[in-house]
Amino acid sequence: MMTIEQIITALDARVLRGHDKLDQNIYCACCSDLMSDVLAFVNNEKTALLTGLTNIQVVRTAEMLDLKCLIFARGKVPDEQVLDAADELGLVVLTAPRTMFTCAGILFEGGVRGASLPWPGLES
Amino acid sequence: MIQAKYTVVRGDYARAGEASADIKRTLKQLGVDSSTLRRIAVASYESELNMVIHSLGGTLTLVIDNDRVKLTSNDLGPGIFDVNEAMQEGYSTADDIARNYGFGAGMGLPNMRRNADKFAIYSMVPDGTTIEMEFNIG
Repeated sequence: MMTIEQIITALDARVLRGHDKLDQNIYCACCSDLMSDVLAFVNNEKTALLTGLTNIQVVRTAEMLDLKCLIFARGKVPDEQVLDAADELGLVVLTAPRTMFTCAGILFEGGVRGASLPWPGLES
Repeated sequence: MIQAKYTVVRGDYARAGEASADIKRTLKQLGVDSSTLRRIAVASYESELNMVIHSLGGTLTLVIDNDRVKLTSNDLGPGIFDVNEAMQEGYSTADDIARNYGFGAGMGLPNMRRNADKFAIYSMVPDGTTIEMEFNIG
């Protein structure tokens, strides 16, 4: 588990939205550019989504799953409309100047774990 | 009994998910627990996306009756040639636009079936596809 504040420090991330919600705990992270897979495999609301995709459907996916935090890797910044939609939902939005692989490694090292795989035939 | 009907427009990725977000808000106001709410929202969103990506457009209907939620998607075509094939994980006919938005992994229909307590799909080429899902919220 890491707090979002700890995640910001560890990733050298910049806060784009949700400055007042950084004390939340993040237990799980999902690292994907494929929202179909995120929708299929994430089942814990205290999850951060790490992605390089910046369109509105990333926010919608987070909304359906009650995710708390979006982290855009490789220094990507979504446009204002996407950021405002995330803000309306109360999401914390970060951008990190590292690749997805490096971000994921740092979070894992900090104690954040991957989503369990509830899909039949796959290991938890 | 509560009923709502939403129009889903072919190729409208900017608004895809708005119906499901509204359905989720309605159910949250009724006090549906967060885990059930998530299952319904994901299944609804997947069906809405399927209509945006694959169909000529259609409707998504919500019916809340006591302790049951029924979601029905009904599209205008072109129908699914082989439903069994479409139900397989990883099978997809999505185009590059859908993939650019992060969809088209071939997980939509299986994910709907997994999240719903009852799931049925009927399809006719070229008339269209109907998906009926039920969720217990009691």
